[in-house]
Amino acid sequence: MSAGPRLQIEVDGKQFDPGAVPLFDGFRLTVEPSSVVALVGPSGVGKSTLLRMVGGIDQTFTGTVLVDDVPAASAPPAGFVFQDARLLPWLTASDNIRAVRPETTEAEAAALLMRVGLAGFEHYYPHELSGGMQRRVALARAFSVNPRLLLLDEPFVSLDRTLVAEMEQVLLTLIDTSQPTALLVTHLPEDAAALADRAVVLAGRPVRVVADYRFETSPGHRSRVEREHIANQIAAATSGVAA
Amino acid sequence: MLFPSRLFPTPIEVGINLVNLAVNGKLIPDLGKTLYRATVAFLVAMTLGTAIGIALGRSRTADRLFSTWIVVGLNVPAIVVAIVLYIWLGLTEFALILAVVLNKLPLVIATIREGVRSFDPAYDELGRAFRMPFARRLRLVFLPQLMPFVLAAARTGLSLIWKIVLVFEVLGSDGGVGFRISVFFQFFDIKGILAYTTAFILVVFVFEYLALRPLERRILRWRQGRTA
Repeated sequence: MSAGPRLQIEVDGKQFDPGAVPLFDGFRLTVEPSSVVALVGPSGVGKSTLLRMVGGIDQTFTGTVLVDDVPAASAPPAGFVFQDARLLPWLTASDNIRAVRPETTEAEAAALLMRVGLAGFEHYYPHELSGGMQRRVALARAFSVNPRLLLLDEPFVSLDRTLVAEMEQVLLTLIDTSQPTALLVTHLPEDAAALADRAVVLAGRPVRVVADYRFETSPGHRSRVEREHIANQIAAATSGVAA
Repeated sequence: MLFPSRLFPTPIEVGINLVNLAVNGKLIPDLGKTLYRATVAFLVAMTLGTAIGIALGRSRTADRLFSTWIVVGLNVPAIVVAIVLYIWLGLTEFALILAVVLNKLPLVIATIREGVRSFDPAYDELGRAFRMPFARRLRLVFLPQLMPFVLAAARTGLSLIWKIVLVFEVLGSDGGVGFRISVFFQFFDIKGILAYTTAFILVVFVFEYLALRPLERRILRWRQGRTA
């Protein structure tokens, strides 16, 4: 019932400056329902732009991005998680969740906060929460909007390793229980190895897929050795392009 | 006696005079008149100024068209505006209030415009990502970002209004604190002038501590204890 949507991405063209080399030119990517796909690549390659196209935020491109056969801009809003927590500082944790989807009741917001390990923090303002806690509120907010499609834009950037491990655990639990389709933009192969079923390595201008790995084991059950192996595999693909 | 006591009355004498003017004189109706003029001018200037400030902050074209006029408005001497309006419109209540509004308006516009320009585009993206409708974005995203600037405009604007309302009342009106002080001036009645000033300051204090500060605390509650 709550399986995630299929994504069909066909970006024929996108460029920021007329005359410059286009950022996208005939880019194709299909994402199966309920799969967690990591988009790995150097900064500036267009990962975040791609994510914004899927989220319906960026509509200035030619081509189609379909979410379950519906154009992204008219599809139900995705659960977007930004690089920074991007909470509204004048609203409490609970009100931040309800601001983006007023149908959410206070009880539902509290339940969501409990799922990300923040039971009892409903009425805290963002500045009263630590950086890691703010990210978890942002995750709960994204999940409240759309538990079927999560779009994560470098969600662990500037968090220390312990907090990253904590966030990953929270995410894995959410993904495990709700089976959403998720796109994870990251420049770190480790993030992909910890969370993704599939890693798509992007490079170049115009951007293209230079490697596409599908992993056998589910991310929650990977041993440390397996994770390192996957990370190395992705890292090799990334550096292979640079060389 | 080093100073003639008629020109340098003691605080007690001023206090007695204050009570006397309040009970037997025209202090209360004068204060009422001045407060009425200040309040109307304040509300009109804040409403208009906020609306225009938002427009100029959002639209480059509008800003290019009007920004020179804002500079003119900010710097043209208050007294010139008042005299011109008195000549054109007569010594009326309307002319006085309009003159106050015109003096305060550019200040509000400039402050609000800065506020709108300082809006974080990241929140716009947030609104787009979650498809927040305009009314909700206005209420939850724009207004809270604008509120500190509205309060700043209110505070500086209010102090400006107190000052110029009195000057304009001296220049031409049929009552009010400024008018009465100019009458006292004819008689060198320093006791009366100080009594009126004291009463006026008391009103300002009441306004500051019973209205402005609690309002500020309520609106900016989310910033309390914030270190960053």
